[in-house]
Parts: sequence; C-alpha cells; structure tokens
Amino acid sequence: MKRVGKNSILFDNVYVLETATSTGPREKKGPIGEYIDKDYENLNCLEKSWEKAECRLQKDVIEISLKKASLEEKDLDLIVSGDLNNQIVVSSFTAKDYDIPHIGIYGACTTSILSLIVGSNYIDTKTFNNVLCLTSSHYATSEKQFRFPTEYGGQKPDTTTTTVTGSGATIITNQKTTIKITKATIGKVIDAEYKDAQDLGKAMAPSAAVTLKQHLSDFNLPASYYDLILTGDLSLGGSKVFIDILKEWDIIIPNYNDCGLMIYDLNNQEVFSGGSGCGCAGVVVNSYIMALLRKKILKKVLVITTGALMNPISTAQKESIPGIAHAVAFEVVE
Amino acid sequence: MYKKYYISSKYYEVIFLDKKIFQEAIEKNKTKRPILKNSIYAFVIGGLVCLVGEVIRLLLMRIFKVDNKTANTLMLLIFITLSSLFTGLGLYDKFGQIAGAGAFVPITGFANSLTSSAIESKSEGIVLGTMMNMFKLAGAIIVIGAVSSVLFGTIIYLLR
Amino acid sequence: MSILFAFLIGGLICLIGQLLVDLLKLQPVHVTVSFVFVGSLLELFGLYDNIIKLAGAGALLPISSFGHTMTHSAVELAVKGSYLDLFGGVFQQTSSGIAYAIVIAFICSLIFKPKG
Repeated sequence: MKRVGKNSILFDNVYVLETATSTGPREKKGPIGEYIDKDYENLNCLEKSWEKAECRLQKDVIEISLKKASLEEKDLDLIVSGDLNNQIVVSSFTAKDYDIPHIGIYGACTTSILSLIVGSNYIDTKTFNNVLCLTSSHYATSEKQFRFPTEYGGQKPDTTTTTVTGSGATIITNQKTTIKITKATIGKVIDAEYKDAQDLGKAMAPSAAVTLKQHLSDFNLPASYYDLILTGDLSLGGSKVFIDILKEWDIIIPNYNDCGLMIYDLNNQEVFSGGSGCGCAGVVVNSYIMALLRKKILKKVLVITTGALMNPISTAQKESIPGIAHAVAFEVVE
Repeated sequence: MYKKYYISSKYYEVIFLDKKIFQEAIEKNKTKRPILKNSIYAFVIGGLVCLVGEVIRLLLMRIFKVDNKTANTLMLLIFITLSSLFTGLGLYDKFGQIAGAGAFVPITGFANSLTSSAIESKSEGIVLGTMMNMFKLAGAIIVIGAVSSVLFGTIIYLLR
Repeated sequence: MSILFAFLIGGLICLIGQLLVDLLKLQPVHVTVSFVFVGSLLELFGLYDNIIKLAGAGALLPISSFGHTMTHSAVELAVKGSYLDLFGGVFQQTSSGIAYAIVIAFICSLIFKPKG
C-alpha cells in the first residue's frame, strides 16, 4: 500500500472474496434483477417497521456472503458499514447481533466505496484477513428522514431520484482471488453552490468529476484505461452535468454509466430520474458488475460513488448542498 | 486549471477548482418542468373535485333538506373522510403525483397531510409517534390561519 | 349553474397553486399557507363570501376558505361581544372540520400501515 499523487492509494494485496445483495421488489423487477441474491415482495420485508426492514436486508447479505464464501462468523475480523439513517442506527443494530468488531461510517451515498477503502487499509497492512464491507438504504426510511411521509400527496418533480431499497456486502481478503482492488482515490468535499434538494444528482456531479480527474492525474492514466467508469447515483440530470464538466477539462469518457440508471428501467418503472442512496451503488456493484468481472467481460472498472452532504435542517436553512465522491478500481487478475 | 503542490519532496498535480465550470454545466442541463401539462392536470382535476363537492352540496340541500351551513360542513366532512381513507390505502400519493395542486389545494390535501404524517410515525408509538407528529405538515396551516385571522380580524373590527 | 362555476373557480384556484409551485419552485406547504393568508385577506374586502355565493364548493373546498372562515367567525363574534371574543371566534366554525380530520386521521393511523 502506498500513496500515489495527492489523494490516491495503490493497494498491493486486496481481493474481493464474495459479494451478496438483497433488495425490495422494485429493484428485482429492474434490468439487473436476475443478479440479485435475495428479494422481498414488499418494502416491509416481513418486519414491523421500515428501520427493522433495512436491518433485515443487511443481515441477509451478511449471511448470504458468508455462505457463498464458506466462512463462519468467527472468520470475519471486522465489519465496516454505514447507511443513511440518523446516527447510522441500522448498521449498528445489525452489528449488535454479531460477535465481530464494527466500524460505523457515514459517507452519505458514497458508503459502499468508502467502506471498501476503509476496509482495504486493514487488509493491505495485513492487520486483518477478512473484512466485510456493508451498506444499505431503504426507500421509506430515507423518505421519512429526508423528505415527506410516504403517503403525502405532494407532487415530486421529475428531477427527484428514488432511493434504492437494498443492501450490498463485499467480503475483502488478502488471499488471492480473480478480482483485485487495485486503486482508490479519496475525494474532496466540493460545493458548487447548488441548492435544489429535489435534484441531488446535479449537486453531486462536480465532486464526481473532480474525483475522476484527480484519479486519472494521480495515476497518470487515460480514461480509456478502464473498461467501464461507473458513478454512484448521479441520475439522469447529474450524469449529463458530469460529462459536461469533464468535457471542459478535455476528458472524454465513452465507457461511462451510472448505477442509478442501471438499477431501474427508467421508461417502464415509476422512478423519476433514477435510483439513489447507499444501496444503489451497493447493489449494482455487488451484483451485476461483480458478475461481469467474474465472467471477465469487464476487466478494469472504476466505481465513483457520490454523496450529497445535507440534512433536512441544512436545506431548510437555505444552505447549499456540497457533494463528495470516492473512487475504487476493480481489476481482474489472472 | 492546475496547481503544482509540493508534498514530501515531490510535485503533485492538483485540480484547481473553478466553481464557474460547475455552475455553467448545471445551468446548461437545467431540467424544465412540464408546466403546461401540470397546469392542465391541476385545473381539470382540481375543478372536478370542486364540481363533485358542489353536486354533493346541492344533493344534500335538495334531497335531504338540510340548510346551507350544515350542507357546507357535511360536504367538507365527506371529503375529509374520503381523503383520509385513500391516504390510508396508499392511493392518495399516486393521485397527488398526477393532480399536483389539484390534490393539495382542496381541503383533501389538509386531511392527507394529517393522515400521512400520523400513519408514517405509527412505528414510534401512539403518543410519541402518531400524536406528536400528526401536525408536522398541517400545523403550518393552523398557525397561519390563526395569525392572519387575528390580524385581519382586528383590522376589520377597528374599521367597522 | 353553480356546478359550472364550482368547476371553473375551483380549477382556477388549483391552477394558480400549480403555477406557484412550478414557476417559483415553492413547496406545496408554502402554497397552502399563502392561500390561507390570501383567503383571510380577501375577508378584509368581504370578497370571499361573494365567491362562495357564485361557486359554492368551488370556493369552499380550496384551503383558502379555511382562512376566510376563521376570519369571518372571529369578526362575527367580536362584533357581537367585545374585542376579546375575536380570539374565541377564530376556531369557532372551522373547529368541526379540524376536530373531525384529527379523529379520522387518528383512526386511519390505527387501522392502516404505511405502504411506502
């Protein structure tokens, strides 16, 4: 492990052992539904409250990923997890049922990649052998937290995104597997002074562009080095802004897609501008992208997750919405 | 666009942040709201809600022979009941997405905001959840109603 | 005839609300609050009663009638008694609607689960 450039890290020995995903009904019906390990017929996930439902999603992916990797609870050295609830209670309440050390992190919707960066440090320094990186989001808990009650009849503009109900887990290890985590770039908080809380994609796009630019210049790579550059949840409007900012800097990315646009069928599902939330990148990366990497259809993928740093109080106080973005590169090794 | 940084005896390239580039890109990709479509839906659906209300009011007065004031109150109560029921069944938010102002300007919107807040907070218990959060959205209407009616009421009282 | 006016006036009020949301980027709550305020303001000129006579439910159903009724009943009581009765009159006529809405909302919250 060493520092590269200003904000980047080069990892030597971090591999993806297994991944697992669990979602609600809407994600299962989406284009990548067949890659999802477990799904529920409604948002309740057989639980009494939305928060409990989100906990259940997290527990599912822990169980499934352990089973897939033929590991037991005692083999895990650390859980790094986060979500969007106040004081990340869902992650903490999930961790209380396991006899494993836990680091709770909050990185808004960047959590899936941020947890990988945090976890990879312990793996690469050979401190721990197996670390589980976990994230989740839930449509109803986020609506309750950041917007209006779910049954409220207010009209949402087309720019709003739909929070993904789902959880994704990645077990990383220092034993060699086919998928290696090679590079990471820690992003900066970028404030473009955009204030529309119903259009978060555009608020986050500048930070994603800065992180990508920083990543490419730190490692001195062209954008074409990667088979796919994937952003977290910029949605329709945000990804256009992202491309436009990069054009200003003479970076052309033909190999680009956005998790928020991949998880739902935007034409046939009522999801406005696309998916968002921690679970968005968490589910897409840990199901579809990992499957493509295992099949070696994709060999080098850069995932940049983006987070909007706000809460209902800050938006009511008319503060702008800064964004943050972290990047991790997955590469197939022989 | 770039700045050279000097960190631990090496030079690094760091992006110089120009917020103008970001703001221009955001401005360029501004999403337009479908104002015409929304307006037509709001007008027609809001109008239809009021039309149904007027029909109910006339029926109450003609058939059940109630006086004007009672008919008005009964009509409002019928709409409040319907709105709360549809909210509970999870249909009002879908109606509101299509109707826009046609759903939140009539009194049905008031009942919807009460019921939706109450149902949403159910998981936190009856007292701390339902009772404390019921007026989370609708409280604003009560406050402005009381404040403005005292304000203008005083003016009318003095000018009388 | 009042049915037609109910449609037109009611629709027009909703149209204004929608335009406020779309053009000024206001939240629905901002719009309902300003409508209550305007309904109360119109009482100053005695206009709202005329609109109700014309359009019936078209003026009674929109939330602006809430402000009107509150002001109207407050003034009515104050004129009969003293200025202090103004405060007693604020909720006099609307209280049935508010109390009923609270009870119904409470019952609904007991019966229904949030659907998401």
